Amino acid sequence: MIDKKTIEHIAKLARLHVTEEEAQEYSLQLAKALAHFEQIAKIDTTGVEPLITPTEIESYWREDVVKQEFSAEEMTANAPSKAGNLFKVPPVV
Amino acid sequence: MNLTFASITEIADAVKSKKVSAKEVAEHFQNRIESLDGRLNSFSSKNSHAVHEAEALDARIARGEDVGPMAGVPFGIKEMFCTKGLPTTAGSKILENFVPPYDSTVVARLKKAGIVVMGKLNQDEFAMGSSNETSFHGVVRNPWNLDCVPGGSSGGSAAAQAARLVVGTLGTDTGGSIRQPASFCGIVGVKPTYGRVSRYGIIAYASSLDQAGPMVSSVKDAALTMEVISGFDNHDSTTTQRSVPSWSRHLKTDVKGMKIGLMKEYMTGGLHPDVQKTVENSIETLKKMGADIVEVSVPMTEVAVPVYYLVAASEASSNLARYDGVKYGYRADFKNLSAIDLEEFYSKTRGQGFGKEVKRRIMLGTYCLSSGYYDAYYNKAGQVRRLIMNQYLEAFKKCDVILSAVTAAPAFKIGERISDPLTMYLNDIFTTSTNLAGLPGMSVPFGMSQEGLPIGVQLTAGHFEEQKMLDVAYALESASPVKGKNPHVV
Repeated sequence: MIDKKTIEHIAKLARLHVTEEEAQEYSLQLAKALAHFEQIAKIDTTGVEPLITPTEIESYWREDVVKQEFSAEEMTANAPSKAGNLFKVPPVV
Repeated sequence: MNLTFASITEIADAVKSKKVSAKEVAEHFQNRIESLDGRLNSFSSKNSHAVHEAEALDARIARGEDVGPMAGVPFGIKEMFCTKGLPTTAGSKILENFVPPYDSTVVARLKKAGIVVMGKLNQDEFAMGSSNETSFHGVVRNPWNLDCVPGGSSGGSAAAQAARLVVGTLGTDTGGSIRQPASFCGIVGVKPTYGRVSRYGIIAYASSLDQAGPMVSSVKDAALTMEVISGFDNHDSTTTQRSVPSWSRHLKTDVKGMKIGLMKEYMTGGLHPDVQKTVENSIETLKKMGADIVEVSVPMTEVAVPVYYLVAASEASSNLARYDGVKYGYRADFKNLSAIDLEEFYSKTRGQGFGKEVKRRIMLGTYCLSSGYYDAYYNKAGQVRRLIMNQYLEAFKKCDVILSAVTAAPAFKIGERISDPLTMYLNDIFTTSTNLAGLPGMSVPFGMSQEGLPIGVQLTAGHFEEQKMLDVAYALESASPVKGKNPHVV
């Protein structure tokens, strides 16, 4: 089981509100999942480069040109709250 | 012409030669969706302009324009793909009202090839699930048995295709999300090699694993669709610059001398007897056709599921950080915005917008990436991932294609596994290692359970070796004991 303090810390890092009930559930389930992960701890991986992108990335050149593919109206059309073309948010400073 | 069971090419040829209009085709499938989908819930939204778009296509054909190899072919698109002007929710409340201003590359390419988008297809929330039970739009039902799940996460695509509500569908596969529902619903589903298909405009789940592919009714339709959607895209730096082969033209049922690998680790028993029988039948069939059966070994696949969940959850927790209630998507209700603390704004919005399974994975991923744990988890998983890939590459020196089960058992009942996440995760035991290694994989229907549920066989090939895998699938399809069988709702 993962303690409540850790769950609260993780939830804070993830900017994710979790209810009391969820916190309890997650503390058990996360512990179970992490125990499952223990299987890989035993594997010898000395000197092995981690694999992130499974196929080779081939670099390419492109012209550095300015493009405007979307208008400000299009880009803000989905905003839950806005003023003109600006997103409305709580005070950030 | 029987439109319901026609192939992509049959429809496109008929439309282009004006034997049938794109409008008639669109109306035919619109009627099917209207009359049948109430029972399946495979569509989360419908394109109200579909018939109108088909008419526009007819007008272009009348003017003598070349409208592409998929002229007038009705498609359903999984909710993960951005579609200009059509809701794209990823099956989540947090994107409930999101209407993208652009098409994902895959959808743009399909449209350019002439498809008509009939609507968006239901899925597990953010593609996190193997049963299509975590969607904001509700559970999808398996057309072969309405009490069973269609599989997931591309459950809507699989159900709609099996019920022939469309001629083709698109899915995404992060750990089996194309292959597993394809198997559960008796259709053909292909996950191409990582880097073959652009991820631009596809809602990101786990970027190093995600790949899009066709979920259709035949191997040939799958090959054709892959030809349209594959290839380099300057919007996705992980796409390959290799040319796209003409898979569909090169398809052959001749598998004489091909080496079919059976993975020792997958032959340890524990399969449902009907799945076991299906796999054995497929091996026998290929043997009779002249293929050589060889044993191969990828010992590290035994840890594929934990490595997969670790990588997927970590990348998801990072990818899903963008849902903040600012630029698009759901925002929690705040009476006086200027009095709200920013942290609280984010956390409340995200806490209300995400479903249970998604939150669970964000928590797990955040934990694994948090200070002090990165090396022990994500980094370690990456190292093991390389070992898994290397072992696969060794195995493919001894064989052309690896054959296995897709899942240990056929489709399960709705509600049966949803309360136990770990058991649910173990659904993916045969499918996740393909994604970890970036290999192409597919499911082709080859059996039926005693209860009348479809069972597929999984084929996996080396990087960019899709043709070999498709050829074996084509051979199996030609001899499939379940060829021509359809669910009763059809």
